[in-house]
Amino acid sequence: MKLELRGITKRFGALVANNNISLTVESGEIHALLGENGAGKSTLMNVLYGLYIAEEGEILLDDVVQKFAGPGDAMKAGIGMVHQHFMLVPVFTVAENVVLGHEQTTFGGRLDLTAARAKVREISDRFGFDIDPDALIEDLPVGVQQRVEIIKALSQDARVLVFDEPTAVLTPQETDELMIIMRQLAESGTSIVFITHKLREVRAVADRITVIRLGTVVGEASPTATNAELASLMVGRAVELTVHKNAPELRGTALSVKNLSVIDARNQIVVNNVSFDVAAGEVLAIAGVQGNGQTELTEALLGLQHHVTGSIDLDGKPLRGFSVRHILDSGVGFVPEDRTEDGLIADFSIAENLMLDRSSGAPFVKAGNLQLGFRAKFAAEKIREFDIRSQGSDMHAGRLSGGNQQKVVLARELSRELRLFVAAQPTRGLDVGSIEFVHTRIIETRDSGIPVIVVSTELDEVVALADRIAVMYRGEIVGIVPGNTPRATLGLMMAGEPAPATEAAL
Amino acid sequence: MSTITQSPAPTPASAPIVKATAQIRSWKIPITFGGFAVLSLFLFVLLGRGQRGELSTFRLSQARDVIQLPEVALPTFATGVFVAIVLVFLAAVSVWLVYGHRKIPIVLTILFALLFLVGFLAWAASGSTIPVPGLLIGTVTLSAPLIFGALGGVLSERAGVVNVAIEAQLLAGAFSSAVVASATGNPYLGLLAAMVAGALVSMVLAAFALKYLVDQVIVGVVLNVLVIGLTSFLYSQVLAPSANLNSPDVFPRLNIPLLSEIPIIGPVLFRQTIIVYVMYVAVVMVYFGLFRTKWGLRVRAVGEHPQAADTVGINVNRTRFVAVTLGGVISGFGGAYFTLGAVGAFNKEMTNGMGFIALAAVIFGQWHPIKATLAALLFGFATNLQNVLGIIGSPVPSEFMLMLPYVVTIFAVAGFVGRSRAPAADGKPYIK
Repeated sequence: MKLELRGITKRFGALVANNNISLTVESGEIHALLGENGAGKSTLMNVLYGLYIAEEGEILLDDVVQKFAGPGDAMKAGIGMVHQHFMLVPVFTVAENVVLGHEQTTFGGRLDLTAARAKVREISDRFGFDIDPDALIEDLPVGVQQRVEIIKALSQDARVLVFDEPTAVLTPQETDELMIIMRQLAESGTSIVFITHKLREVRAVADRITVIRLGTVVGEASPTATNAELASLMVGRAVELTVHKNAPELRGTALSVKNLSVIDARNQIVVNNVSFDVAAGEVLAIAGVQGNGQTELTEALLGLQHHVTGSIDLDGKPLRGFSVRHILDSGVGFVPEDRTEDGLIADFSIAENLMLDRSSGAPFVKAGNLQLGFRAKFAAEKIREFDIRSQGSDMHAGRLSGGNQQKVVLARELSRELRLFVAAQPTRGLDVGSIEFVHTRIIETRDSGIPVIVVSTELDEVVALADRIAVMYRGEIVGIVPGNTPRATLGLMMAGEPAPATEAAL
Repeated sequence: MSTITQSPAPTPASAPIVKATAQIRSWKIPITFGGFAVLSLFLFVLLGRGQRGELSTFRLSQARDVIQLPEVALPTFATGVFVAIVLVFLAAVSVWLVYGHRKIPIVLTILFALLFLVGFLAWAASGSTIPVPGLLIGTVTLSAPLIFGALGGVLSERAGVVNVAIEAQLLAGAFSSAVVASATGNPYLGLLAAMVAGALVSMVLAAFALKYLVDQVIVGVVLNVLVIGLTSFLYSQVLAPSANLNSPDVFPRLNIPLLSEIPIIGPVLFRQTIIVYVMYVAVVMVYFGLFRTKWGLRVRAVGEHPQAADTVGINVNRTRFVAVTLGGVISGFGGAYFTLGAVGAFNKEMTNGMGFIALAAVIFGQWHPIKATLAALLFGFATNLQNVLGIIGSPVPSEFMLMLPYVVTIFAVAGFVGRSRAPAADGKPYIK
C-alpha cells in the first residue's frame, strides 16, 4: 500500500512538533525516518496512527485521503505500529494481547481464544517466530515481545507498518534478525516506516531515507550515504562521531568488587557473583542489553539495593552494607539511568536540584538554615561552567530539555570531591550536541584520576568511551575485554557467548 | 531473618532473560504459626477452661430439619490440650520445612487454621452449646452486603478506578430501597432503586476521577462523608416524622425444595432471601464477565495498561466509566440487604463501616471476584462469631472479633498471605 503524508503540521501550544512535513512511502518499500531524539519523528507517527490529530495536512493511502479519529480508524485502514514502548498488557497471554480490541466471540459473548491461538500460530509460523500463544507477556524476553507486537499488527492485515525505534531494546543479533523480518515483510508488499536515530541500521536496511530536524524535513538521502553525511544532515552541522581521548594513565586499583550478588524483590538473582576492579584514571564500560543486571549493579554500588552479598571496596574501605549517605560521603558520584525519575525533582528549581545531595551541612546548610545566597552563587557558577541553557537558576528543572537536565545532574555529581564516578546510561535520549558534551566531561573526569564506570546499552557509546569493557548477560559478567575489541565480538558476548581466548585483563 | 541460597537456573538457548532465582527463606509463616501455637498453649492449657470436666457441645442440626444429626459434645479441657499440642507440632513442622528450603503446603495452613478454630470454639463454649448451623447461616447472611460491595469494588478497580466509596454506595442503596419500597409497597422496586442509587454514586466518582482527574481516593472519601451526611439529614427531616416512608416489606426467606434439606449446607445456603440468591448469581456473573468475555478482557486491559488498550482502538475512559457504574449497581443492590433483607427500616449510618470491610475483602481477595467473596465470607464469619459468642456468654470481648477483618487485611497487604498485586493502572487516570 502506498502511504503519503502531505504538509502535516502538529503543534503543542507554542511548540511546533511537526512543520509542514511531506513524505511518500511506496508499496513494499522500507523508508527510514532519521532524526535526533526530539526531532518530531514519534509525533509524526502518532499523527499517522490517529493518536494525535494534526492541525494541518492530510494522510493518503493509495491516493485516497483518510480521516483518522483514533487508532481504531488507522488500524482499519491498514496501518499497524510497533511501538517503542510495547503496547502489550504484561499479565495477559500472547493470544489475548493479539486479539485485544478485535475480539471474536462465541455463544453467550464468550471470548473465542481458540481462534485467537490459531491466528497467532498461523502468523508466527509464516515468519518462523515460534511463539507460544498461551505464554504470558511478562515472562517473554523483549525480543519476543516485539515479535508479538508485529503479530498484533499483522493480525489486523496491516499493510503499512511503522517501527518506532525498534532496536533500542535488542541485542545486535536480535537487531539483525529484525532486519531480516523487515525485509521479508517488504517483499510481501508491506510498506515499512522505520524510525530510528541509529545510522548503521538505516544504511543496512532502508530503501530510502528521510531526515527530520526540529520538526521539518531537511533532506533525503540514499542508503549509500556515509555516516558522516547522514549525521551532519541530522544535526545540521559537521559532527565528530568519535571522542578524543588519550591513553589512560592508570594509578592503581581504586574500586574492587568481589563476588557481588544482588537479589531483587521477586527473589531473582539479578546480579550473579560479579567481580571486577577499576583503576583510578580508567573508564570501565559495562555493556549489555537492557535488563541484564546493569541497573541493579549500579544501584548496589550506591547502596540502593537491599539483598546484596559479596564485597565492594573503594580505596581499601568497604562500602557494602552502608547507607547511601555514607557512600556518597565516601566520594561516589552517580548519574542514574532515569534522570527524570531518579536524577532530578522536576518541580524543584535548578539551584535546588544542584544541592539535592548536600542538604546535610555546610556550605549549603548552616544551623538548619538554607544558605540561599551561597546556593544562588553556586548555581550561577555551575550553569556557566556546564553550559546549562536556562532562564536562570530559578527555572524548574522539569522545563529544561533532556540535554540540559542531564547537565544539571552532571554538574551536581561532579562538583563534589569524587573518589569514584558511576554514570548509568548518561546519554540516553540526548541530542548529539549534548552527547558530545557529556562524553567530553566523562573523559575529563577520568583524566583527573578518578575511576569511572559507564553503563550503556549503546555499543557506540561503549566503544567511544571505554578503556576496558565488561559485558553483562543474565546478571553475570560474560567477560572483561579491552576497549578496542571489535563490535562483532562484543555483540556475541552481549548474547551470552564467552569472550574469545585472547581475553586480556588490563 | 532471611538467609540466602542459590539454585542454578537452567538456561536453554531460547529462554528469556530469566535469572536464577534465589530462595530467600521466609520465616513469616512459621513465626505466625508459632505465635498462634503459643497463644493456644496459654489460652487452652494454662488458662484452660473446663478443668472440672465441662463439655463443649456443637449442635449440627436445627429443630425443623428433616435429617437430624446428633449433637457433638467434646470435653473442653482435653480438646484444648489436644489442639494445643497438635498446633505446636504443626508449627515445628513448618519450621523444619522452611529450614530445609521447602514450601509450606497450603493444606498445612488450612489445617492449622481449622484446628485453631475448633480449639477456640471449644474453649469459648465451655459448658454451653454452639449452634453450628446458626453460626454459618448468619455468616452467609451477614456476608451478603460485604460480597456485593466487594464485587462492586473488584469491577471498579479492575478497570483502574480505586473505589473507596463502597460504603457510600451501600448506604445510598439502603436508603433509597427503603424509601421506594415503602412508598410503592413493592420491595422489588426498592431493589431497582438501590441499584440506581449505587450507580449514581459511582457516576459521581467516575466523572471526577476520569473527566476531572481528581485523586480517586479523595473523591471516594468525600463521597462517603457526603452520602452519610445526606442520608442522615433526610432520615431525620423526612423519614423520622413520616414513618410510612420507612417501613418497607422485608423479603421472606425462601426455602429451596430438596436442596434446603441437605444436612448443614442446606440450611446455610438454601434457606435465604432472594437477595442472597441474587448474590450467588452475581458472583458467577462478575467472574464470568471479567475473565471469559470480550468486555472483561477490555476492562482488565484498561486497568492494567490503558495506553495499550487505547492503541488498539478501545475507548479507555468510556470502558472505565461503564465498569465503575456497573460496580455501583452491584454495591447499591447490596445496600438493599440492610433494609429489605434484614432490619426492615432505614437507620442513620446503618452500614456501619461494612463498605470498608468490603474494600478490605477486595484487597485480601487479590482483586479477584471469587477470592474476594471468600474473604468477605471470612469477615462475615468473624462478625457472626462475635454475635454467637455474645449470646452464649463467652469470655472474649466482642471488640476483638470486630477488629479481625482489619488486622487480617493489614497482614494480607503486607504480603503474609500470598502476594497482593493490584491492577497496574489502579488509581491512575489515563492522560494521552
